[in-house]
Amino acid sequence: MSEQTNLLTRQQIAARAAQDMEDGWLVNLGIGMPTMIPAFIPKDRDVMFHSENGLIGMGPPPAEGEADQDLISAGKELVTMISGGSYVHHTDSFAIARGGRLDCAVLGAFQVAVNGDLCNWRLPNQTSGSVGGAMDIAAGSKRVFAMMSHTARDGAAKIVAERTYPLTAMQVVTKIYTDMAVISVTPDGLILNEVAPGLTADEVQAVTDAPLNMDDVGTINVAA
Amino acid sequence: MKNKKSATLEQAVGRIQDGATLLVGGFGQPGVPEILIDGVCDLRRRDLTIVTNNAGTGHSGIARLIEEGCVSRLICSFPWAKESFVFKELYDAGKIELEIVPQGTLAERMRTAGAGLGGFLTPTGVGTDLADGKKTMTVDGKDYVLEKPLRGDFALIKAYQTDPRGNLIYRKTARNFNPIMAMASDFTIVEVQEDVPIDALDPEIIVTPGVFVDTYYVTGWYEIGKERNA
Amino acid sequence: MKGKKSATLEDAVGRIGDGASLLIGGFSDPGVPEFLIDGVCDLKRRDLTIITNNPGFRHGGIVRLIEEGCVARLVCSFQWGLEKELDGFRQLYDAGNVEIVPQGTLAERMRAAGAGLGGFLTPTAVGTDLAEGKPTMTVDGREYVLEKPLKGDFALIKAFKTDPRGNLIYRKTARNFNPVMAMAADYTIAEVQEDVAMDALDPEIIVTPGVFVDTYYVTGWYEIGKDRSG
Repeated sequence: MSEQTNLLTRQQIAARAAQDMEDGWLVNLGIGMPTMIPAFIPKDRDVMFHSENGLIGMGPPPAEGEADQDLISAGKELVTMISGGSYVHHTDSFAIARGGRLDCAVLGAFQVAVNGDLCNWRLPNQTSGSVGGAMDIAAGSKRVFAMMSHTARDGAAKIVAERTYPLTAMQVVTKIYTDMAVISVTPDGLILNEVAPGLTADEVQAVTDAPLNMDDVGTINVAA
Repeated sequence: MKNKKSATLEQAVGRIQDGATLLVGGFGQPGVPEILIDGVCDLRRRDLTIVTNNAGTGHSGIARLIEEGCVSRLICSFPWAKESFVFKELYDAGKIELEIVPQGTLAERMRTAGAGLGGFLTPTGVGTDLADGKKTMTVDGKDYVLEKPLRGDFALIKAYQTDPRGNLIYRKTARNFNPIMAMASDFTIVEVQEDVPIDALDPEIIVTPGVFVDTYYVTGWYEIGKERNA
Repeated sequence: MKGKKSATLEDAVGRIGDGASLLIGGFSDPGVPEFLIDGVCDLKRRDLTIITNNPGFRHGGIVRLIEEGCVARLVCSFQWGLEKELDGFRQLYDAGNVEIVPQGTLAERMRAAGAGLGGFLTPTAVGTDLAEGKPTMTVDGREYVLEKPLKGDFALIKAFKTDPRGNLIYRKTARNFNPVMAMAADYTIAEVQEDVAMDALDPEIIVTPGVFVDTYYVTGWYEIGKDRSG
């Protein structure tokens, strides 16, 4: 796969998703790839990050020697707080998440269905899963964006007509960012908005297990 | 960063329309956003539903709103205080509807709305008039009333200090319902005694994160419970 | 006034008996009461139920409790793939003695217990494996799962500072589950970095009022997440 040069890197996917984080938003980032987004937020936008372990206004990793053992992200990384942030306890943090105060959650996914069903907490063959805050955040955020590789390691489609994986939340995903494309999830089905440079819409459709509307397809700008 | 400050009182409350539901902070007089309430009076809105703990004192604040005919429905825990004579008069004349909610249930119903929950089971009110018509459930042998969320189109609250992001701290028992009302509305308007620069408030002591605040109006200190509508 | 200080670790945790349920604070390493957990290990209690967000990922802490056979049941949201790495955990899991609860629901169930409520309706987990067997209800057109309160015989929590009455403040993201657990237990034991004199804590900034705290033990500062079990 490494010689496949038309796939976006993880940084490029994060950079593309960052372009859609709007000024004034409060955003929760799932563990893994979504945590790369803050570095790519356009400088003129004020986007605040919520970390469900009780941090509103999460900042970048600490400079050398400035780490505080009591200040971490939900991904267990040492972080900082930006100006104008605040600490809350877990119950208030999840009141924020479930209560519709998150403008957006960007979460990794194993599978996303045409109807917006999100599957990201447990693989079908796992006897045990780590749910963490995934279900609360997915059920409560105003928008849920999925960020993932377009296909599984074995080549299987991850964007599907109907989910086969254990459900995290029903009908919540509205946008999908992958290493091949940006796709909107709408009541009328999936719309292919953009493809990675060098890829065609048909190539994306070929590895997507649900029909894509391809009426107006642009190219992902990777210059950022 | 967008500053949430409203330069004028009218700017702070101007988007409130006829028929809106307002959560209004305060317990007794501390924590009542008196200036914001005056601002709503001046707008001459009609048919408002007011959710607040008390039914107003004297002729000012909530009492003024009621007296000027802005309120068609009041949801509160303690309507029959001696100082709430304005409310009593209009209630007796059939000009205003009343829903009495136990005080803790009132707070919890708003918190439930703010926390994105669909309801809760409380032992409060079981077997009383105030549970009439409500669903009851037995959990582990104990009876509970199912109470539903209570949400406002607007919250009008009072805080002590804010920073530009709307992070709030309160003062003594003027805290009361204000933090929970901030959580439970679509648009939260704060009157604050003082606004301070970013970083002036220790993030450990913030009671209401700015996430819950849409705009604030700075009033300075004033003596509470005085009539200002002369 | 009766001071709530325990002079020794054994004084602090000694009343925990076999079969007790323990709420244990922390999210990842910050906020985990590592000293109190070691104290419970040293007591060699059996059949404990442990309720915590994540049962550790290295030796020491809750993992030590599991390894030493003290734990009969575990309730958590995130178990770090421990079933692959820890025989004791896998045995619990295979015997059906690990209950996975979504993180926000875990916090809210403890809050419901602490607030004297009988349950609540949450949109979280509707239609998923984790809602199987639970009643669902539709309120105003949205479907919810009915979740029940979760209380502990004991809460083991970690705070930054306390006064003699057990009024607590926390530090940064080490706050996490600790305040809600303090509310939800019959007997709350806090380990604190420092105890301060009466009146040294501003009453406006207290996060957990002493009413929720039964005793505290002063540990001083220590580096968190280090293996102390050797």
